[in-house]
Amino acid sequence: MTSLPDQPAQRRLGLVIDLDTCVGCHACATSCKEWNMGGVAAPLTDLDPYGAKPDGVWFNRVHGFEAGEGGAGRTVHFPRSCLHCENAACVTVCPTGASYKRAEDGIVLVNEDLCIGCKLCSWACPYGAREFDEAEGVMKKCTLCVDRIYNETLAEADRKPACVMACPTGARHFGDLADEGSDVSRLVAARGGFDLMPELDYRPTNKYLPPRMNASPAAVAPTASGEAIRPESKFLQWVDRLFSR
Amino acid sequence: MHPAYSVIYFTVASGAGYGLLFLLGLQAAFDLLPAHPWSAPASGLFALALVTTGLLSSTLHLGHKLRAWRAVTQWRSSWLSREGVLALIGLPVAVAFLYGMAFQNDAGWWRALGLAVAMLSALTVHATAMIYASLKPIRHWNNPLTVPVYLLLALASGGVADLAIDAAFGDVTLASGLLGLALLAAGIAVKRGYWRSVDAGEAPSSPESATGLGAIGRVRLLERPHTEENYLLKEMGYQVARRHARRLRLVAQVLGFLVPALALAAALMLSGGVLAALALFLALAAMLAGLLVERWLFFAEAKHTVTLYYGAGRV
Repeated sequence: MTSLPDQPAQRRLGLVIDLDTCVGCHACATSCKEWNMGGVAAPLTDLDPYGAKPDGVWFNRVHGFEAGEGGAGRTVHFPRSCLHCENAACVTVCPTGASYKRAEDGIVLVNEDLCIGCKLCSWACPYGAREFDEAEGVMKKCTLCVDRIYNETLAEADRKPACVMACPTGARHFGDLADEGSDVSRLVAARGGFDLMPELDYRPTNKYLPPRMNASPAAVAPTASGEAIRPESKFLQWVDRLFSR
Repeated sequence: MHPAYSVIYFTVASGAGYGLLFLLGLQAAFDLLPAHPWSAPASGLFALALVTTGLLSSTLHLGHKLRAWRAVTQWRSSWLSREGVLALIGLPVAVAFLYGMAFQNDAGWWRALGLAVAMLSALTVHATAMIYASLKPIRHWNNPLTVPVYLLLALASGGVADLAIDAAFGDVTLASGLLGLALLAAGIAVKRGYWRSVDAGEAPSSPESATGLGAIGRVRLLERPHTEENYLLKEMGYQVARRHARRLRLVAQVLGFLVPALALAAALMLSGGVLAALALFLALAAMLAGLLVERWLFFAEAKHTVTLYYGAGRV
């Protein structure tokens, strides 16, 4: 049934992604691909994988953005995947009942046996979370590793999404965002976690943490040549003074 | 948005077909059908051909065509499902209506059925339009004029088709011709209003809101996640050059409205005969061609918010 659950879910499982610590290594994306190649949504078909124009289904994509200008500007690595929205229009537009949102934990999934491949759900998602599998003729999306997080054959410490397990900088956190006392909820509260495109009112479960602000550029002492040199680099400052005479 | 030809043909053809069925249904209900006994049934058959080829064409882009029947199950939440349900209810009703019209002219039941045909036709086109109008990530579709455009263009193209077929049986009246002209005028007025609205409208989303990084400053893409195309870019990243879009809008207006209106006016002045019928078939051909261009633009000009993650400005 593609109507959304009547009651908001007791648990809202999701991710909190720290844009301050993400280094843009794509480990989350490749490890997601690796796990899900054999998971419930398998295969994640690649077209022409070793050819001139490789193309394929991925549930996680890492973009690079620049924000701000000059010394106050930042390069931000930005992983993008399904946000498991409360107001998931990708579910309600589905004509067949293939797309659904689980009442028990809020995870949005596709039943591939019911999907007719009309692609309307991918149009309804503002975030580009859904990718069509040309070879299979059905829509695919992030499962929040539903086949890991409840998997009793895995050690308890491993019952987390593959992207969270893979992140070398601990920039990805998994937990219950409906529980105000959970680690992820406290992290969101402490760091000012935010929603993507709040103006569209999809009410994403996943939250992003903003990059911490650097010391303002004015705090860097002017150098003899006017070049930007970090104050802690005494040697470079001495070289700068020497050549500026 | 990627303009899929199967969907463009579907919305134009079934729109004209439902517009024609709507007019026939009302004419039957209010006893206004043309005098020639084969004129209205011929219009009805033409409408059915447009509607059924359109509906079949709409299944061509599906990944699993044989599962298409499942699309009727989710009418509670999905406009696509509602469209499918309404189309499948409407077809047998329209066939029964046309059977009565052609073979049981003396009976009254099919005239009453005309009202149902008109209502189901209007609701089906409305559902089609709502599929697009309800999508918030696509500002060009999520517009209050999307539904009026679909309804009026369906009605106007159906009206021109009706006039052309009536003319073939020598049955064009001044009143029906003037109604056709009025529908064309209303159609172009609301379509031009739609274009003005999407051109002037403020795009609600930006790279800043898509990334949440606006507090730092202006946000722009540094690098894409992948070097080659992917599904998102192929399906949602389609963009038509602005200059081409302006010219194509002009083509759509000339072919879709101006030529049909002039041909219709000429046919009215000729007051019947072979030349008038030819002028009206020219009007119909031009209008359908113009609407194909208009519908192509409806897709090609529409921008999806996912492009914000791939370097687009505001969407």
